Amino acid sequence: MDDATTDVIQGTLDMLILKTLSLEPMHGFGIARRVEQISRGVFKVNPGSLLTALQRLERAGWLDSEWRQTENSRRAKFYWLTRAGKKQLEVETAEWARRAGAIARLLKVEG
Amino acid sequence: MSLWRQISRGLRVLANRDAADRDVADEVEHYIDEASANLVARGMTPEAARRAAQLEYGNATQVREEVRSYGWENALAAFFADVRYAARRLRRSPGSTVVSVITLALGLGTSTAIFSAVYPILFEPLPYPQPGRILLIWDSNEGERSMVTFHTWREVTQRNHSFETLAAADAPLWQPTLTGTGATPPERLDGQRVTADYFRVLGVSPAMGRDFQASDDVLNGPRVVILSDALWRRRFQADPAIVGQQITLDGDLWTVIGVMPRSFENVMAPPARVWRPMQYDTEHASNFSTREWGHHMQMLGRLRAGMPTELARRDLNEIAHNPVADFPRAPWANLQFGFIANALQVEITHTVRPALLAILGAVLLVLAIACVNVTNLLLARGVQRRGEMSVRVALGAARERLVRQLLTESLLLAALGGALGVLLAQFSIRTLVALAPADLPRIGAIAVNGAVFAFALAITTLIGMAVGLIPAMHATRADVQSGLRQSSRHSIGGHQFTRHALVVAEVSLALVLLVSAGLLLRSIERLFSVDVGFHASGLLTMQVQETGHQYDIDMARYQFFEQAREAVERVPGVTAVAFTSQLPLSGDLDGYGVEFENEFNPQDDGSVLRYSVSPNYFEAMGIPLLHGRLLNSHDTIGAPTAIVISESLAKRKFPGRDPIGNGIRIGPGSGNPREPWSIIVGVVGNVKQTSLALGQTDAVYVGPQQWYWVDNPMSLVIRGSGDVAALAPAIRRAVWSVDKDQPIVRVATMDHLLAASEAQRHFALVLFEAFALMALVLAAIGIYGVISGSVTERIREIGVRSALGATRGSIIAMVLRQGMSLTGLALIIGLGGAMAASRALVTLLFGVGPLDAATYLGMVALLLAVSVLACWIPAWRAAQVDPSQTLRAE
Repeated sequence: MDDATTDVIQGTLDMLILKTLSLEPMHGFGIARRVEQISRGVFKVNPGSLLTALQRLERAGWLDSEWRQTENSRRAKFYWLTRAGKKQLEVETAEWARRAGAIARLLKVEG
Repeated sequence: MSLWRQISRGLRVLANRDAADRDVADEVEHYIDEASANLVARGMTPEAARRAAQLEYGNATQVREEVRSYGWENALAAFFADVRYAARRLRRSPGSTVVSVITLALGLGTSTAIFSAVYPILFEPLPYPQPGRILLIWDSNEGERSMVTFHTWREVTQRNHSFETLAAADAPLWQPTLTGTGATPPERLDGQRVTADYFRVLGVSPAMGRDFQASDDVLNGPRVVILSDALWRRRFQADPAIVGQQITLDGDLWTVIGVMPRSFENVMAPPARVWRPMQYDTEHASNFSTREWGHHMQMLGRLRAGMPTELARRDLNEIAHNPVADFPRAPWANLQFGFIANALQVEITHTVRPALLAILGAVLLVLAIACVNVTNLLLARGVQRRGEMSVRVALGAARERLVRQLLTESLLLAALGGALGVLLAQFSIRTLVALAPADLPRIGAIAVNGAVFAFALAITTLIGMAVGLIPAMHATRADVQSGLRQSSRHSIGGHQFTRHALVVAEVSLALVLLVSAGLLLRSIERLFSVDVGFHASGLLTMQVQETGHQYDIDMARYQFFEQAREAVERVPGVTAVAFTSQLPLSGDLDGYGVEFENEFNPQDDGSVLRYSVSPNYFEAMGIPLLHGRLLNSHDTIGAPTAIVISESLAKRKFPGRDPIGNGIRIGPGSGNPREPWSIIVGVVGNVKQTSLALGQTDAVYVGPQQWYWVDNPMSLVIRGSGDVAALAPAIRRAVWSVDKDQPIVRVATMDHLLAASEAQRHFALVLFEAFALMALVLAAIGIYGVISGSVTERIREIGVRSALGATRGSIIAMVLRQGMSLTGLALIIGLGGAMAASRALVTLLFGVGPLDAATYLGMVALLLAVSVLACWIPAWRAAQVDPSQTLRAE
């Protein structure tokens, strides 16, 4: 285990899932691996939280899912964004940018 | 959209649980597989990869549980699982479950029923606009309530500054006979004779037609009536064109001018179905020998807006103490003691208030006992489950989950008890209304009060739940080890103390109830052993009325009653028949002022009851002649008026002298020097008129033809052999053989009247007995529960003792001693409580003091006996303990 990995920042898991799925449909472990890769191993996703979050997002109508064959010909549940999910990703991205900008400004003042 | 998805997905999961579970399991499985495959790709062996993946991501079961707990449908499923589990737990200890549920149901059912009954009577505002502004006003007779005269009402109406308007209603009901039409027989109606503003004081207007107006209420005014909604529907088929039509009452045509709304509740005279204007004579006030000077009116007034009751009282008494020449006053209505004026609600309930408050207090005690008992049971249950809870914590159960489960269990218990309690409340209310004394006001407004039920349910269960949770919570703390070792009895000490304290509280409350019930029981016994002054058993009574214009002539009326009496006398089985203008213990009350020719005790004023009776009344009733002679057939029109007086009046007015031959003037003749003296001819024994408890017995008897007017209706008293009640149909036929159109009402045996006259006390007694019995049973259960629990917990100690040579007797004695020390402490506390509580009962007691030693001793003995019994069972069980077995179990 890499000492540098940390849990996903509280409240950002949904956004990370939406963002990851905006590229292509994926199954659960695929999403987790993609998050770890893109964050260069900084974020580690807990499978319990991830699968629960996928259920929640699906209930909210932002994701759809289907059992499909994977490239190594196993059955896996694939998720992809719905139209509402794309809109939600925009909303969350904007909101994140607003907060991150605010925090960055605050830190700059401090510095 | 999203909500719809939530619901539809959730339902799909619920509908196909297995498929959904498989789905989740597959997904988790795939995840772990992929993760380990990923590690293998990085160069690990498959076994090491799988172990590493599980280490990193947690085991599949755990993840599956985490994922599965998402969604409302899973919360619901968990809830149902909790309920199922709780039901199983409750089934496993049926004894304590049944006792808890029954205890809850009893406490809830009875307290809801009683409070629901008492609430509309004592607390709910009367169903009138601004009911607090309606006052009922009495003439004060040395502080006692006395009805007002018509002229008093007239004077107050014109001189007051406090009331918007005042009305008077004749207290004896107006009871006209409605002529039958076609198939419908004639019917005697109950009605009220009221002044024009009666409905305006109450603040209710007719739903159809018009209210009475001043021009209706004049001497010899128009014959107009207002009908109640019920009468209009029943007798006139809700005829929408009834207003303006004429109906026949007592042979006269009356015009219907209005119909009251369906919602109108007439608390002044609940049976009244028809109203007529008063139409009394407002002139000739200085002639005191008229009905307008009789004390037979109820006066009520509506205060001006913003007028405080206290100011109105001052205004009324100002009027009372300052007579003016315009308003002459009869000596018996000189208002020298002022008025008594209170809110209508207070007045209509003041006779029943002490009994109702006592009953309410009693039922609160029952509720408290039930509460304590349930608490104790749940506490015991909680203690027993410490071991189980520890195991579950050790196996990894979340604390919230355990708490939720315990709460579910308590709530399930509460729900069962509550459901049973609602049924019980419904049933009790019906029983209550059936049992209630006939004079209980607003009996029609009694219904189950949901808010009260919810409140009672909440306090019983909340307390029980909280207490039951504490010991179980302790078990879920970190101290799993000590919980798992069965030696948890060390820490039970604290709960033991709580349980003991609760039992002591319960038993002492039970003693309070038992003593109260005992005092009431002795009061009723004393009351029914009171000498009523006549032979009550074997007497049948009924009221006969004359209606119709053939009785406009007085002689015809005397004749009818005499012929009816003779006809009844011929009925087989009847041994004596007489009639009287008022019947003892029937609610009749007809009193008059009195004046004596030779006053031997002039300071002592007061009124007497007047009975117009046929000569054989005394023999028929069994009232003994003490002195002089009885009335006879010569005491008739033209002869000097002969009066028989009661012993109490003779003693009071002629102390140490012979009253026979002295002159007396009664009622209208009293104080009128032109009136010839009537002559006292005899003295008879005292008779209880109003109730067994009241001592007022001063009475005069006069022949019907020698009184100022003909009384109507009259009561027949019939003495018969065998079952007198069975004679009623034959007697009715005999009366109707004289005139078939005369209504006969109020048929009752004297025994029944006697019981009914004490209905209120009896009602209170029945309820107290029921509550005391409940309290006793609950207390016994409480004692049993605690002692039995303590025997279970001490089973090893008992085993050791008997191994060391303790005899069975000494073990029984040890357990009994423990139980009795609790009972003893409870009795001491309870005695104090009972002494305090019995003071509140004083108005209901008769012939026994609130500290009646026999009652207290009896109830203490009863409670001791019951608690010995309750301790005996666990004590006996303790004595059966086989030391070899308990010690081996160690």
